[in-house]
Amino acid sequence: MVATGALGAVGAAAVAWPFINNLNPAADTLALSTVEVNVTPIAVGQAVTVKWRGKPVFIRHRTEAEIKEAEAVPMSQLPDPETDNKRVTDTAKKVRPEWLIMIGVCTHLGCVPLGNKPGDPKGEYGGWFCPCHGSSYDTSGRIRKGPAPTNLVIPDYLFTSDSLVRIG
Amino acid sequence: MASSHGTPPVFNNKVIAWVDHRLPIFSYIEKEYHTFPTPRNFNYFWNFGAIATVMLVLMIATGIVLATNYTPHVLMAFDAVERIDRDVPQGWLIRDLHMNGASFFFIAVYIHIFRGMYYGSYKAPRELLWMLGVVIFLLMMATAFMGYVLPWGQMSFWGATVITNLFSAIPVVGESIVTWLWGGFAVDNPTLNRFFALHYLLPFVIVAVVALHVVALHVHGSNNPTGIDVKGPQDTVPFHPYYTMKDGFGVMVFLIIFAAFVFFAPDYLGHPDNYIPADPLVTPAHIVPEWYFLPFYAILRAIPDKLGGVLAMFGAIAVLFILPWLDTSRVRSCTFRPIYKWFMMLLVVDVIVLGICGSKPAEGFWVPLSQLATLYYFAHFLVLLPILGKIERPLPLPPSIADSVLKKKAV
Repeated sequence: MVATGALGAVGAAAVAWPFINNLNPAADTLALSTVEVNVTPIAVGQAVTVKWRGKPVFIRHRTEAEIKEAEAVPMSQLPDPETDNKRVTDTAKKVRPEWLIMIGVCTHLGCVPLGNKPGDPKGEYGGWFCPCHGSSYDTSGRIRKGPAPTNLVIPDYLFTSDSLVRIG
Repeated sequence: MASSHGTPPVFNNKVIAWVDHRLPIFSYIEKEYHTFPTPRNFNYFWNFGAIATVMLVLMIATGIVLATNYTPHVLMAFDAVERIDRDVPQGWLIRDLHMNGASFFFIAVYIHIFRGMYYGSYKAPRELLWMLGVVIFLLMMATAFMGYVLPWGQMSFWGATVITNLFSAIPVVGESIVTWLWGGFAVDNPTLNRFFALHYLLPFVIVAVVALHVVALHVHGSNNPTGIDVKGPQDTVPFHPYYTMKDGFGVMVFLIIFAAFVFFAPDYLGHPDNYIPADPLVTPAHIVPEWYFLPFYAILRAIPDKLGGVLAMFGAIAVLFILPWLDTSRVRSCTFRPIYKWFMMLLVVDVIVLGICGSKPAEGFWVPLSQLATLYYFAHFLVLLPILGKIERPLPLPPSIADSVLKKKAV
């Protein structure tokens, strides 16, 4: 009886799995995994938004002041402690503090934070501000205030030359 | 053909008799909707079950017609809806009926829920009846949410993004669940496709649960404004013609108000932003859900922690499931509960305050107000209800329904 029941349960799970897994991303969706961007036109203090995997990616050319501000923050003030240095390192371990590249999706509930365009509100910490539920990010894209639990996510990226960056 | 309760009906029409002998649908209708003994003292709050049923049928009928002109693809969905509005014969009417129908379905159901709470309709022996109602409410919320995504406007897209992201608050597996819900790395074509499939399916699931709700209702019959049990035939009237007429009248009044919105203010309850095609790179400055979700949205935002906010929001509905056991009072109707009556009205005010908070940006004075209102919401169910039942002294109950009706007439 037990053996029959167990076998039945295994069979039911084996049949259910294709139905469940069917809803996961398809091969063609997974294939859209990299995007290449030329960063030369982005002046100091400017930022652009590019689309990667259906999501916005922020590329900000930071000013000296912004970099200094981000580096000076003590870890004890951060809800999700992370050094600025770590957030501007590409997959080849090269540090470029002037380029901050992040997925532009608020870690709370997925809105796109404001702060990339010149007229946008940048929040209390001079970085980004999410209008949906009021999260504020600093000049390193780290969460400082509001309901978002973690810093803005840094995708895998690699500077293939000084002007070309590959995201993904 | 008329029969008193308990004896099977005799049909004079031979065809009906023949069918009924083999499949007793006519006996069933006769028993459950004609002679069915129903408390004689219903007020107009008892119309809203019938009204909600009418709205469900209307939503399914208009929905099927709309689906014949709709295309669930990110590049075509927005235009398909515009085409329904502009080019399809009477498409504007069907769409406005469907769009406003959702709101009015929720209006009917919210009044129906209030009725159940005020008159204690959830108490023994109607606990399962009440819980099935909460299941219907949850299914309605899921259906309405997915339906709102289909026009693929800005509010559709960002509403879908925010609500699906709620599941990312689940520790460890949250992100995988969200990817699974989306079928990708963001809300995109696979998401729209599956939402359309489910939006078409769930209303029929609702019909099935409504059927169970009605079966459970007909076991012990309806509650009534006094909350006391039916004691004999003097307390009841047959369902038809008394309540078919009264429900019919209520439905007509409700539909007149509904029609006023459909014909004169079809977009009043919607958001202008949803007439902007979805743009995955720009979030509208102020995103809000449809009005019927606002109180729950306010609860979500009141808690300054992602997981906590999500738990509180789902908890606000989960607490309704256990309502029959939280209420310790043996008296059903608020009419005879001099203290609880006022707290019940305060809960209504509280939910309205939450709704207003949910519609405002999450800043300034609205944040502490929504926190206070959230606290009261949970305190009502988890603290006030259990305690009040013990300390409140109810007013004397009338000896019977008939007695209460006749006494009122004498005054």
